[in-house]
Amino acid sequence: MDSVLILDVTDVTFRYPKAGRDALRGVTCAVRSAELVAVLGPNGSGKTTLARVALGAHAPRAGTARILGRAAHAWPRRELARVVGVVTQHEDNLFPQRVRETVLLGRYARLSPWGAERAEDHAAVARALARCDVAGLADRWLWTLSGGEYQRVRIARALAQEPRLLVLDEPTASLDVRHEMELFELVRTLVEREGLAAVIVTHDVNLAARFADRLVLLSDGAVVAAGAAADVLRRDVAEDVFGWPLAVSSFDGRPQITPLRRPS
Amino acid sequence: MKWLALAGGLVAVLFAAVVFGPAAVPLGELGHSPIVWQLRVPRAVLGMLVGGSLGVAGASLQSLVRNPLADPFLLGLSGGAGLGAVTAIALHLPGSWALPLAAFAGALGALGLVFRLGLVGGAELDPRVLLLGGVAVGAFCAAVTTAIVSLAEASELRNAFLWLWGGLSGASWDTVRVLLVYVPLPLLVLFGAARPLDLLVLGEEQARHLGADVTAVKRRVYLAASFLTAAAVATAGVVGFVGLIVPHLARSLWGGRHRSLLPASFLAGGALLVAADTLARVAVAPRELPVGVVTALVGVPLFVLLLRRWTAY
Repeated sequence: MDSVLILDVTDVTFRYPKAGRDALRGVTCAVRSAELVAVLGPNGSGKTTLARVALGAHAPRAGTARILGRAAHAWPRRELARVVGVVTQHEDNLFPQRVRETVLLGRYARLSPWGAERAEDHAAVARALARCDVAGLADRWLWTLSGGEYQRVRIARALAQEPRLLVLDEPTASLDVRHEMELFELVRTLVEREGLAAVIVTHDVNLAARFADRLVLLSDGAVVAAGAAADVLRRDVAEDVFGWPLAVSSFDGRPQITPLRRPS
Repeated sequence: MKWLALAGGLVAVLFAAVVFGPAAVPLGELGHSPIVWQLRVPRAVLGMLVGGSLGVAGASLQSLVRNPLADPFLLGLSGGAGLGAVTAIALHLPGSWALPLAAFAGALGALGLVFRLGLVGGAELDPRVLLLGGVAVGAFCAAVTTAIVSLAEASELRNAFLWLWGGLSGASWDTVRVLLVYVPLPLLVLFGAARPLDLLVLGEEQARHLGADVTAVKRRVYLAASFLTAAAVATAGVVGFVGLIVPHLARSLWGGRHRSLLPASFLAGGALLVAADTLARVAVAPRELPVGVVTALVGVPLFVLLLRRWTAY
């Protein structure tokens, strides 16, 4: 399978209105099909802002953010939703809703405004449920799901969009070990078997190092290091970015960091 | 099945509204009694339109501000309408249209103010600011209304007080005709926003990523729901609880999909208000209770039941 350049961010600078300084400074990164890229960095380093600019929520001040060659903020939302599926950090769950219903919402961008769902929409929902291993939950209320199940259902909804790029913003926050691993394994499988491009914004440095093809390490709005895990998670760089003494070891050929206790 | 039950209930309620009343009309003469054709039928149709409007406005506003507590009057419209109506009463404005028009103008004034407050950063409507702005504008209008009422004469005071609690006694074929022309437009706008509303419930950011034009949908829904509410409050006063309880009832039976939820809320809201109005006319005949009293008396226990079901999930 030839890899296709899906997301292409070049030298992007961005500043929020009324802010005194740039939230992104000359950021460059790219995501190709069949590739899992993890975006790392401390709180406030610009991870979420980068995702917003890359997906066209804001236009960059300088530089370009392109999706399939077209400026990200120039995409109409419906068209973009057929190319990029996003699982945001937060989502409201205030009114009763069943799993199948919420996954069907992933089909919105592929329906005509008045048209009913067709057989192919229900087929896409069934496929997405199966791929995320939540078909058995289809008739459950969202309220009754565990945190891990809920995240997998949200990924299923993004897959029902039939996107070429999947973006997950801190998908494993507050998940336990098993659900965290299941989620990373699921995304890895989608990338390898189906050639999906995927971006995970995460605080879980070690899982990112083990699962991602490439890491992008942000600090203070700029890319400090990018590339293979072994090149990015060097001790001096990581200690500097995260502002904490670290040890770097190796597991399965990938670097793993361990935060050290402060010497008393 | 649910739709059939709703349709059946609606027919039964409309039939009761035409048959029952302070004046006994024999069943055989229903078809050609002026009491029926000039009073009861237009009143039932008006109740249907007003209750339906409140139900749909409530359901869409709850989804827009993503707050199950939202009700069409939470956004300050009842305050504005009340102020308009009481001003008309205090100034002795003549004509049968003075009061509804003044109430409508008051509601539109509040609407404009709240809308302006809710626009953050130029174009984006912030539902949190809408809610807070609505409460603030409503409270301010209520204070001015109370000031006017406290300075008014006793008879005016009673009129104003009764109007504030809502009633359909002003119903005539003229009001029905006006509403029949007015109501379909905002109603169609809301029905047309059904799918994006499904997405909006998830939160604005997630809705955008699923393909919704969130900025436009928020404006459309807010304005259409508010225009519906303004017409309802101008013709029937502040009828509480219909816009709060009906959407919850409809959600629990029809689920969260707005394509079913909105029509169901319209029919159920209409049925509830017509039933409440029949009760209000008959219960203490020949006098009449404000229909808002009945909807609250029926609505609150229903709401409490619903709350218990909700917390049992």
